[in-house]
Amino acid sequence: MPGKLKVKIVAGRHLPVMDRASDLTDAFVEVKFGNTTFKTDVYLKSLNPQWNSEWFKFEVDDEDLQDEPLQITVLDHDTYSANDAIGKVYIDIDPLLYSEAATVISGWFPIYDTIHGIRGEINVVVKVDLFNDLNRFRQSSCGVKFFCTTSIPKCYRAVIIHGFVEELVVNEDPEYQWIDRIRTPRASNEARQRLISLMSGELQRKIGLKVLEMRGNAVVGYLQCFDLEGESGLVVRAIGTACTLDKLSSPAAFLPACNSPSKDMKEIPFNEDPNPNTHSSGPSTPLKNQTYSFSPSKSYSRQSSSSDTDLSLTPKTGMGSGSAGKEGGPFKALLRQQTQSALEQREFPFFTLTAFPPGFLVHVGGVVSARSVKLLDRIHNPDEPETRDAWWAEIRQEIKSHAKALGCHAVVGYSESTSICEEVCILSASGTAAVLNPRFLQDGTVEGCLEQRLEENLPPGCGFCHIPYDELNMPFPAHLTYCYNCRKQKVPDVLFTTVDLPSDATVIGKGCLIQARLCRLKKKAQAEANATAISNLLPFMEYEVHTQLMNKLKLKGMNALFGLRIQITVGENMLMGLASATGVYLAALPTPGGIQIAGKTPNDGSYEQHISHMQKKINDTIAKNKELYEIIPPEISEEIIGSPIPEPRQRSRLLRSQSESSDEVTELDLSHGKKDAFVLEIDDTDAMEDVHSLLTDVPPPSGFYSCNTEIMPGINNWTSEIQMFTSVRVIRLSSLNLTNQALNKNFNDLCENLLKSLYFKLRSMIPCCLCHVNFTVSLPEDELIQVTVTAVAITFDKNQALQTTKTLVEKSLQRASTDNEELLQFPLELCSDSLPSHPFPPAKATSVDYSSFADRCSSWIELIKLKAQTIRRGSIKTNGRKSPALLLKRHSSRTQAVTVEKASPMGEGNFRNRSAPPCASATVGVVKMTPLSFIPGAKITKYLGIINMFFIRETTSLREEGGVSGFLHAFIAEVFAMVRAHVAALGGNAVVSYIMKQCVFMENPNKNQAQCLINVSGDAVVFVRESDLEVVSTQQPTANLQPSCTEGEVTT
Amino acid sequence: MTSELDIFVGNTTLIDEDVYRLWLDGYSVSDAVALRVRSGILEQTGATAAVLQSDTMDHYRTFHMLERLLHAPPKLLHQLIFQIPPSRQALLIERYYDFDEAFVREVLGKKLSKGTKKDLDDISTKTGITLKSCRRQFDNFKRVFKVVEEMRGSLVDNIQQHFLLSDRLARDYAAIVFFANNRFETGKKKLQYLSFGDFAFCAELMIQNWTLGAVGEAPTDPDSQMDDMDMDLDKEFLQDLKELKVLVADKDLLDLHKSLVCTALRGKLGVFSEMEANFKNLSRGLVNVAAKLTHNKDVRDLFVDLVEKFVEPCRSDHWPLNDVRLFLNQYSASVHSLDGFRHQALWDRYMGTLRGCLLRLYHD
Repeated sequence: MPGKLKVKIVAGRHLPVMDRASDLTDAFVEVKFGNTTFKTDVYLKSLNPQWNSEWFKFEVDDEDLQDEPLQITVLDHDTYSANDAIGKVYIDIDPLLYSEAATVISGWFPIYDTIHGIRGEINVVVKVDLFNDLNRFRQSSCGVKFFCTTSIPKCYRAVIIHGFVEELVVNEDPEYQWIDRIRTPRASNEARQRLISLMSGELQRKIGLKVLEMRGNAVVGYLQCFDLEGESGLVVRAIGTACTLDKLSSPAAFLPACNSPSKDMKEIPFNEDPNPNTHSSGPSTPLKNQTYSFSPSKSYSRQSSSSDTDLSLTPKTGMGSGSAGKEGGPFKALLRQQTQSALEQREFPFFTLTAFPPGFLVHVGGVVSARSVKLLDRIHNPDEPETRDAWWAEIRQEIKSHAKALGCHAVVGYSESTSICEEVCILSASGTAAVLNPRFLQDGTVEGCLEQRLEENLPPGCGFCHIPYDELNMPFPAHLTYCYNCRKQKVPDVLFTTVDLPSDATVIGKGCLIQARLCRLKKKAQAEANATAISNLLPFMEYEVHTQLMNKLKLKGMNALFGLRIQITVGENMLMGLASATGVYLAALPTPGGIQIAGKTPNDGSYEQHISHMQKKINDTIAKNKELYEIIPPEISEEIIGSPIPEPRQRSRLLRSQSESSDEVTELDLSHGKKDAFVLEIDDTDAMEDVHSLLTDVPPPSGFYSCNTEIMPGINNWTSEIQMFTSVRVIRLSSLNLTNQALNKNFNDLCENLLKSLYFKLRSMIPCCLCHVNFTVSLPEDELIQVTVTAVAITFDKNQALQTTKTLVEKSLQRASTDNEELLQFPLELCSDSLPSHPFPPAKATSVDYSSFADRCSSWIELIKLKAQTIRRGSIKTNGRKSPALLLKRHSSRTQAVTVEKASPMGEGNFRNRSAPPCASATVGVVKMTPLSFIPGAKITKYLGIINMFFIRETTSLREEGGVSGFLHAFIAEVFAMVRAHVAALGGNAVVSYIMKQCVFMENPNKNQAQCLINVSGDAVVFVRESDLEVVSTQQPTANLQPSCTEGEVTT
Repeated sequence: MTSELDIFVGNTTLIDEDVYRLWLDGYSVSDAVALRVRSGILEQTGATAAVLQSDTMDHYRTFHMLERLLHAPPKLLHQLIFQIPPSRQALLIERYYDFDEAFVREVLGKKLSKGTKKDLDDISTKTGITLKSCRRQFDNFKRVFKVVEEMRGSLVDNIQQHFLLSDRLARDYAAIVFFANNRFETGKKKLQYLSFGDFAFCAELMIQNWTLGAVGEAPTDPDSQMDDMDMDLDKEFLQDLKELKVLVADKDLLDLHKSLVCTALRGKLGVFSEMEANFKNLSRGLVNVAAKLTHNKDVRDLFVDLVEKFVEPCRSDHWPLNDVRLFLNQYSASVHSLDGFRHQALWDRYMGTLRGCLLRLYHD
């Protein structure tokens, strides 16, 4: 009996009128936890009842405490008929279960009804008395802290980063139960909300248990998602990174009671069969095999050669850095071995973090991803998680092998997602292959000596750009040069990653949001045929997406992408791909070449002219962009650089033919000065349009920047004004013009217009930056495309010059030139001819006719082989360009001084706001929300717990509520309100790492109905303005709350 | 490609003052977009018409959702759905309850009933204010009226407390409510030269001096005073005003009064001879106005009477404002020297207010 939950219902306000005759309400409240229910008295005839109830006490297991939400129902008493429900409040009491989080939940909560929305508010106080539990076999995991933040939370220190934890639970979806036909929509929605709340609790508890087993005390980068599979069930799954965190400034490390330090790391008990062979995983029942058989095409990766290549997966130590690693070599070997041993114990060496403690990330290999197409109606035992576990295990295995192929032992910035349409489901996983510093991965046994060596040997800040793979045995063709920063190690020409820009990286100029957008029509089909069609399209989509990204990156004059997120969405008759990333110019990587346009029919004079015109436009754009983003790479004379000049011919490998029907690769004269140019061949109108679309991406208006990472590279003087927002757009395509081109154009326009609208709406905040811009695409119906964007606009101080960066660059330059002389002796020829071995896959490969195999199981193996090959080639191609590269910059220690928090003065914004005339005293404290892990100009003093909320809203009077826009607008505003209310009740004043994970919108205008499901999460925190910090200093967080609330952001 | 749904929701609710103005003025979305285009915003920001359309729609939707809360401003402060900084909340409320001079002149003193509401069409045509905006303003008047109608205590304070308006706006509303309650006629042609400000000024004086609340009896004896404090004129006082009739009915008193005034003002007035000639007429006018106030009908015509009986005669003789002031001061003060007149306090309560009103009403 380890816990006593106490609840007190204080009062209500703004209740709706439930009795038309008196225009009043006779309200009472039911408080339910588990199977116990208490009721308050009826408070007669009032819209602002004062119940002031006694303390309702529930004596419960801590297992229940974790799983169950507290359910508060407000009802209108009716003597003659059934009592009418006014609405409900679900309170997740999890934050009360950690020792350091909130101690009481107390405040006004909106009373929510799934049909009517928010109907008044109720004031509730909740407390928990936890008894110490000495039971070793307990099922609960109270005390494990959860953070959505994908970096080490601000007021903690990572003692050990244990690694990947995942869990998945399945249940029948109440919407699809037979009883749903006879119950009201409200009852059905509430059943669903409650079920998901329960499942999330259970999931979190189970993950917590895994963390305890790993001897951790926290989960960082916790990402929980729902898959609404329809008939086959409702899946709630979560991934995260288990850590042992130590609260800063608290002398003793916080450890859960059961945690006795021990050196041997226990194997994580994963349910899955850890068999690395993807093709035989899972216990095989006949049906399962069948299911599996639809996923032949699942495995391809654009990033690395596919999993079963015979590349040496574990590069021999010492060779990793080639000839340049003179003294670095042996050390690296040591590092590698240690990392390896630390990581080998883990089934999946994955980390959901995107930002790391300094020194954690040693090298970055590049993006790895895997996708798999599955049929949901083939799940043998839909109520059990095994099948889905096996699916994910397979994908993770693949990711792991891709990472190995890149010479990396770990994957960082890891995430998983699904896209479901009817019975087809695409599972995706992606991350960044990386080599990590073992220091954080195990107990500090080796720390002493290693740390020292690290300090001495780690390259200054550019290290993460250096290739982790063996240059003589590269997994894909890449163009290597010596690092432009340290001149000692090799770097690729371009680097793509899914993580945030490391804080010690040196960037030249500013970054920008880069998006690739793509649609592909597909025939409507059923079951296997459908899955096959999708599988066939996927590699081409990925290829196209990457080409677009690469082109746009070059057009911006940049050489690296961070925070890359590629979303592939499946609909009835089309597939959509949307990739977002933040482009930057890394000082350690070579200057990107331009884009060269080539025509196919050189004899036609006017055509030539046209081409040269286009070429000029492109060159102008590049020049303009360089100016816009302040990309002024330091001039380094050729001799100093000693960078290998690529043979023009070699670059023709990268040549891309725009049309899938081109049957040969054209030979082009690519001698384009000394710089390697990226060649676009224009051989048909398709390609033409692509080029046009490249040029039609309009840069943000002046004073605006945008990125999808935490912070904008090149801006570090944030002021305190922030505005988080969600914007949703749905367009209907006219079925007449459904061609790929028209689709692409529509989709492109949709995204561009959306961005333009955002810039316009937020113009009063200029100069400002849209950070963490997160696009989500879904295809709710045949001809509908829905795009949801969540981001935060942050103002910055334009006048405060960014001298810091400049001086850094200069310093690194100086240093570079002195180092240079030594370097000259190294062989410069890095691009050997051995590379260009993979021609672009001829179109024929794609036209392999699978239909005849369709339902003959015996053919599956062949099919798999065929496809694997095609895909592999395709992916390699892409690899070349996508390959990771990056550049670098220096000095971890020095750059740190420039981190955002420190550099940001406490905004003048503050000041201004304070002097605003105090008008009618506000009684509602301001709660800030941001998708970022920090709040500019403020210090987070306490994490109060995770916020994870799921809401359903339905209407049968769509027109009356202002149509679809009115309905959704109101609903999203209500969701924000409920999040803020919960945070305020916990004693917090902000939500960080906020994310809207799902926004599923369905409408039926003919019936005047609509339904929407929204799932949001984030970390509730207490922050204190840096300006107040000095004054208030060590007062209680609640006291600190006041100043920041009254200040009020003035956001117009 | 058609847009089915297009929304933007900020954690802090975005309020665009310009769009709010357009919305309050009752423009449709398309008219508002056209007006914004004309303002040159596209050139300034490089936005497209489509962006403007989407932005305008968004703001309109937000305002529409806020409107329900604006009907009871304290709700806007306590609600949780829209996070709006206090200064913005105040702006929203203040602007929402603001009204057009042209409109208020049309309905001032009219009964705030359905019948009047039906006339809004005509008012809209006449004033050029959109019907929507007229309705909003009318409904605001009516809403404020309904809320404070039954309340005791200071009218301005009540309005301020329940609608969170600025002091200035609360005073204006007090005047509107006071006029509506007493149904003062303000629409006659000869009153057209008067502004809302003129009436509001008079209303304030009357509330301060002529209502029950003005006497300050309420706190001592709350149960017996079931009448509204600030809204209704003090009936007893109006009854008593009959007593003033003696000032013009008694010929000796009238002559004495005249001679006192003339003696005092001789040489000080530019229009002395006109004043002397007109004294009896003017005095009769002013006293008769007072004596008639027992009838509701005559209360309604108060301003018509004042203009007819005093303002117009003076104006036709081209009295400068300063002469009017001197005259009224002397006219009121001299009564104190009339030994036979026993209603000095009553006279002061009446004339003190009336003098202020007349001075305000006396202009072109």
